[in-house]
Amino acid sequence: MSSLPLLSIITFLPSFGALLLMAARWASPGANPGLDRGAKYLALVFTTATLVLALIALDQFDPSSAAFQLVEKHQWATWLQYHLGVDGISMALVLLTSALMPICILASWSIEKQVTSYMTLFLILQTTLIGVFASMDIVLFYVFFEGGLIPMFILIGVWGGARRIYAAFKYFLYTLLGSIVMLVALVVMAITANTTSIPDLIAYDFPPALQHWCWLAFFASFAVKMPMWPVHTWLPDAHVEAPTAGSVVLAAILLKLGGYGFLRFSLPMFPDASHYFTPLVFAMSVIAIIYTSLVAFRQTDIKKLIAYSSVAHMGFVTMGIFAGNTQGLQGAMFQMLSHGIISGALFICVGVVYDRMHTREIAFYGGLVNRMPVYAAVFMLFTMGNVGLPGTSGFPGEILTMLGTFQVNPWIAAGACTGVILSAAYALTLYRKVALGPIVNPKLENITDLNTREWIMFVPLVIAALWMGLAPTMTLDFTKAAIEQVAVQYGPAP
Amino acid sequence: MIDQLIYSLSWTQPECLLAGLALALAVLGAYLGDRSAGLIAWIAAAGITAAGVLAVMFQTPEPQYVFSGALVIDPFSASMKALMAFAAAVTLLLASDHFSGSSDKRFEFGVLALLSTLGFFVMASSNNLMSLYVGLELQSLAAYVLAAFRRDDARSSEAGLKYFVLGALSSGILLYGASLIYGFTGSLAYDRIVENASSGNVGVIFGLVFLICGLAFKMSAAPFHMWTPDVYDGAPTPVTALFASAPKVAAVALLIRLLYEPFGDLLRSWQQVIIALSVFSLVVGALAALVQTDIKRLMAYSSIANMGFVLMGIAAGGQAGAASALMYLAFYVPATLGAFAIILAMRSASTPLTKIADLAGLAARRPWMAVVLTAVFFSLTGIPPLAGFFGKFYVFRAALEAGLWPLVVFGALATVVGAGYYLWIIKTVWFDQPGPAFDKASGTIMVVAAVMTVLTFPVLVVGLGAVEAWAQAAAAPF
Repeated sequence: MSSLPLLSIITFLPSFGALLLMAARWASPGANPGLDRGAKYLALVFTTATLVLALIALDQFDPSSAAFQLVEKHQWATWLQYHLGVDGISMALVLLTSALMPICILASWSIEKQVTSYMTLFLILQTTLIGVFASMDIVLFYVFFEGGLIPMFILIGVWGGARRIYAAFKYFLYTLLGSIVMLVALVVMAITANTTSIPDLIAYDFPPALQHWCWLAFFASFAVKMPMWPVHTWLPDAHVEAPTAGSVVLAAILLKLGGYGFLRFSLPMFPDASHYFTPLVFAMSVIAIIYTSLVAFRQTDIKKLIAYSSVAHMGFVTMGIFAGNTQGLQGAMFQMLSHGIISGALFICVGVVYDRMHTREIAFYGGLVNRMPVYAAVFMLFTMGNVGLPGTSGFPGEILTMLGTFQVNPWIAAGACTGVILSAAYALTLYRKVALGPIVNPKLENITDLNTREWIMFVPLVIAALWMGLAPTMTLDFTKAAIEQVAVQYGPAP
Repeated sequence: MIDQLIYSLSWTQPECLLAGLALALAVLGAYLGDRSAGLIAWIAAAGITAAGVLAVMFQTPEPQYVFSGALVIDPFSASMKALMAFAAAVTLLLASDHFSGSSDKRFEFGVLALLSTLGFFVMASSNNLMSLYVGLELQSLAAYVLAAFRRDDARSSEAGLKYFVLGALSSGILLYGASLIYGFTGSLAYDRIVENASSGNVGVIFGLVFLICGLAFKMSAAPFHMWTPDVYDGAPTPVTALFASAPKVAAVALLIRLLYEPFGDLLRSWQQVIIALSVFSLVVGALAALVQTDIKRLMAYSSIANMGFVLMGIAAGGQAGAASALMYLAFYVPATLGAFAIILAMRSASTPLTKIADLAGLAARRPWMAVVLTAVFFSLTGIPPLAGFFGKFYVFRAALEAGLWPLVVFGALATVVGAGYYLWIIKTVWFDQPGPAFDKASGTIMVVAAVMTVLTFPVLVVGLGAVEAWAQAAAAPF
């Protein structure tokens, strides 16, 4: 056990990079192509260094224990603590975040406008994301949770597509409304239990009436982040308008904040309320799965289609979490990680053709397999992952959540099953329209296959998707201890 | 007798310094003429800083009653004086820079700012209704003149006149309330009032409501806020910066001492009034700001909304309530001053600009101004990790501990509405196509803006714990 504050370093190293970039911008005002290129490399170096440190942390981490590890604790103010630590759930998400960030930087290589600002904001965003997962103090958690809004708002608004301002405002205000309600509940909890430490709050037994109110307040925030039907409408807008890397971060990591919140707060802290509200969550999840799958089927924009499919897949996550048994929770956790990789990869797939053709219309494309065979293969793999084909990482998560739910409520599980069929329908249709058939559009005649940078982005994602699909036990064992503890804290239905 | 006087003077060194310096500078200014305006402003800023330092240096945990109990020197007054001196000195720096290039370069500015600051100090220390009124009027009369400082400009004159007429009305209301309280309790001194007020006599409560209304006018809490947008808009920008910072602190200090010391036992009576003021301020501040196109008017509504949150802390009562209100102010003042520093830097071809649309695309042309605006406006919105969030957090906590959860939920919703217009500025700065090019900002403005930006990160620099300790020490008397 080293004495280095490893988690703090992982959390704040990207922000340190951001400070360096700001200093460089200060030193050379005005347009500077050299600085822009340097900024990209610097961001890549810092995100990669963070990944290396996260792997070192992984080496020191013992997944067989459900306890919080690598703990750091400092008094911040009388009421607040700077308190970091990770268990199996948060460590997995920290790893996912730090692994995806270098890929996001690579996916942003084609950015030309205000590059230094873009990279600065991206690095700040990474700090807030890792901080959310590593926080063990509820106020610190909120600081990171909400702090991520600022860079994301600017990223969507400056580097986004045509309706970017609308999308940025919608994203910010929707999320703020949800989380400010959570802030009130959070203060009430802290006053009641007289602590802000997450483990202490989990151990505290809140009175049932208070549990219900607090559960609803937290639900307001997490349901928006997740997003759950019917508060999912910010997501397609934000996804479509965000730059490619922004979409990747949104889908792969930001959406996990909701699921993480349910696992960390709602279930263990308010078990009575969670049991009470389970039917509501189940109903919303099944509606999300079926309804958004149908909506996805009708989309003409590739990004929007994938965005709706994200909502549907998050429906499986909420369903699995509120099934409350080990299978359901493990499945939800697995689904979150797998979705992080697959949806991230799919958005990069969209980015690849968007960079070349500057359109995301499905009708524009067709027959890409003729000109881009490697791309078509990669795209197919991730489409299959999205459908949940056995052998890809999409399968174990879905099957486990349904298995878990079936034990609690077979009808809900049956409803969710139809979602699997629907997801095959829209995903395969999308793939057929974009990749297969002859090339009809003459503009596509000269489209080129993946370049080196894109190869570098896709190789780790392909490996991860196949590895998680073929050997899911390694991932499942990693989160097992922490998940089982959540299942115990949640307890069986009364 | 002489002993008493010497004792009193020794405890009021900051006030004596301010008064003496104001008189000396008035003579010096008359002698040297307007070309000394810059020099006098700098001396005044140094004097105010020195007064703030003196106030902190001579603070004592044991309250000292001076001038026959008219003023009290305690940790609360010392902390408030430090904060007000900081705000006033910064606005003077901004002003000296602003006026040095214009035809309004007149030495009176420094003198009036000193007198106004003296008024703030008396307000923070006042311990009876007479010194309360004297401090308030000293501050206000200087402020009326400052608002009309650009005397050739119709809008500035209008602002001064409007402020004066409405201010005189509110002073009348306040005096009426004071006379009622005097009539029903038989004393002007707080310690005597407290003995007779706890019975909850209707006359006393009546008088107290009038007093609160008068003070609400000074701190521009709705529905007594009508003067704020016009005065903020018409007054020269450095004066607006002053109005938005130090007088607010002074009025809050006065209100806290008044409500918590002589009328502490009547918490249940005045709490409803303060809650109503808070709700009105939050609504007016959030909704009216949404349609503003002028950034100075927007800042006016922003200050109204922020006073709503301060009132929420005051309504909580007790030491926690006072401390939370003070923390909120301590985080509000730097953010507001930072915003005004940038507003002062909005000049194109030597003409000051005040439209929000003029900020378009600032991020591409002046990234540093954009960073400052982003930090201060997200801080005012209350988004972590910026200071404004912690202000809201502590206020919410104090109010929830006092059981005022409907007010807190209301405040939370007002935050979301308020975020709409703060975001609009961020959007203009970052997302829009570049607008008019600005002149190069002066060094003073950029230094002030940078310092204020750093202060909006309390986590990193000042340390949240330090601000909390400051506020708790200040609220110790209650």
